[in-house]
Amino acid sequence: MTALSLKNVNKSFGSVHVLKDINLEVEEGEFVVFVGPSGCGKSTLLRVIAGLEDASSGDIHIGEDLVNLTPPAKRGIAMVFQSYALYPHLNVRNNMTLALKQAKRSKEVIDARVAEASRMLDLEQYLDRYPSELSGGQRQRVAIGRAIVRQPKLFLFDEPLSNLDAALRMNTRIEIANLHRQLDASMIYVTHDQTEAMTLADKIVVLRDGRVEQIGSPMELYNNPANQFVAGFLGAPSMNFIAADKITPGDLRTIGIRPEDLTISSDGPLSGQVTHVEHLGGDTNVIVTLEDQPMTLRLFGQHGVKIGETVGLAFDPAKSYLFDQNGQRVT
Amino acid sequence: MNKARSNRFNLFAMHGALIIYMLIALFPVFIIIINSFKTRKAIFREPLALPDADSFSMVGYQTVMKQGDFFLYFQNSFIVTVASLFFVLLFGAMAAFALSEYRFKGNTLMGLYLALGIMIPIRIGTVAILDMMVASGLVNTLWALILVYTAQGLPLAVFILSEFMRQISDDLKNAGRIDGLSEYTIFFRLVLPLVRPAMATVAVFNMIPIWNDLWFPLILAPAEETKTLTLGSQVFIGQFVTDWNAVLSALSMAILPVLVLYVIFSRQLIRGITSGAVK
Repeated sequence: MTALSLKNVNKSFGSVHVLKDINLEVEEGEFVVFVGPSGCGKSTLLRVIAGLEDASSGDIHIGEDLVNLTPPAKRGIAMVFQSYALYPHLNVRNNMTLALKQAKRSKEVIDARVAEASRMLDLEQYLDRYPSELSGGQRQRVAIGRAIVRQPKLFLFDEPLSNLDAALRMNTRIEIANLHRQLDASMIYVTHDQTEAMTLADKIVVLRDGRVEQIGSPMELYNNPANQFVAGFLGAPSMNFIAADKITPGDLRTIGIRPEDLTISSDGPLSGQVTHVEHLGGDTNVIVTLEDQPMTLRLFGQHGVKIGETVGLAFDPAKSYLFDQNGQRVT
Repeated sequence: MNKARSNRFNLFAMHGALIIYMLIALFPVFIIIINSFKTRKAIFREPLALPDADSFSMVGYQTVMKQGDFFLYFQNSFIVTVASLFFVLLFGAMAAFALSEYRFKGNTLMGLYLALGIMIPIRIGTVAILDMMVASGLVNTLWALILVYTAQGLPLAVFILSEFMRQISDDLKNAGRIDGLSEYTIFFRLVLPLVRPAMATVAVFNMIPIWNDLWFPLILAPAEETKTLTLGSQVFIGQFVTDWNAVLSALSMAILPVLVLYVIFSRQLIRGITSGAVK
């Protein structure tokens, strides 16, 4: 069964067309990530689904129901905001129970759900604290708890990790993945971080300029990008692009090579100067500049490449991608 | 720490300046209070002297208590001030919320129109206001004053509060919408508590002019039963003879309630003025 379906959804703010003809199906229990550079419309799309913005045209179904005109509270959704948006004058317990009290649920139901959510999120000893007395990670968990107690059909996450520091971000990412397994609920997650998208998603939706560029599982998108934008957006370090002209003169296409598919080899078709080396322990990233164009190589293990060295680069044409002049994938 | 603050000389100069300013500001109040406890002769002989055993007298207070219904005036002033403040804050905050939260045609124009009142003194319209009050039969009622003061306070209230409300995160209001709160609940339960310092600022800015006003009580509500404290004190000021003891005593007592209200609001006020500037 589909948890959410969007049909030809458009959104304009005045003369600015922000979302262009979005079509999307989210299956029950699926974890879908919207990813794209800032300003691509991913947050707006999430807010349209939440009902905080009205779609200018198109149909939004949550479960079986057409919800275009349904207020946010009646859509059976819960949302976690980037800024947490906890009610500053309410303690953790009341933050979590407000929606249920508003929906006039019985006290037993409310207590049971709060107990359940605070156990899952390890918030039991903080229930009587106020948001200002909590750390960033704890606030984030309260925000998630506030979503869980509502038992929504659909969870919406709006860049929930971007205010956390790197270590906490990784932990919380794992917690969210666990939560998804435990709750078995449909989730939509917005981020600009491709690592979060790759690690969490069952299905990634890549957006650019208000348009869906490609939809697919993380590995599908990584191995089989539809165009140059998707190829360049997913993967870290990102894909190298080089004019095919450099290898076969007169070819106007662009070759895309993943950093891990490039190797140093003296008889390779390309050569350039090493301008920077990043030693990460497990990997070594080498930046080689070919006539002003930097190329990134990701070598496994530790390598003693020196800055300033001239090296040859080789790649397996079978593992490279070809894009036409419009950025569409050719092979 | 700020360099200017750590410098000993600067610190001294800063406090010196503030203390001098405070003395200048408080001096008239001080004179009023000490003289209210002196006999009439002592007031004129040595206006700056403190009351001593000879010159001490409560005659002013006794006159005030006997003559005129001082407590009624007091009550009128209090009702007018509190009710006006209530309406200014309520309607001001509601208008500010609408202006800062909702996109609608003419939003900016409406904001400018509401702010225009800051620049045009309401007293210019006194004659028209009096006409209106006569037509609606509100002359010599406290409502006349409350309505006028509400109108007088609204422009600044809307202006200040809408600025503060724009700073409240949209996420918070949206979280409320998703949790099923109505727009009114969002306004009263989420937004108002967060702009409390700004509300206190607006309250203090409005409270003192309303409490002290003589103009509108004199014109719109001069009847005995609707006299405010400031107007009531005027009975002691005659064209030929002024009962200075009574005037000074009445004024001393009139200071008290504003002082109490000010202390209540001042903690909030300080936070309101410095929020944003210091953080």
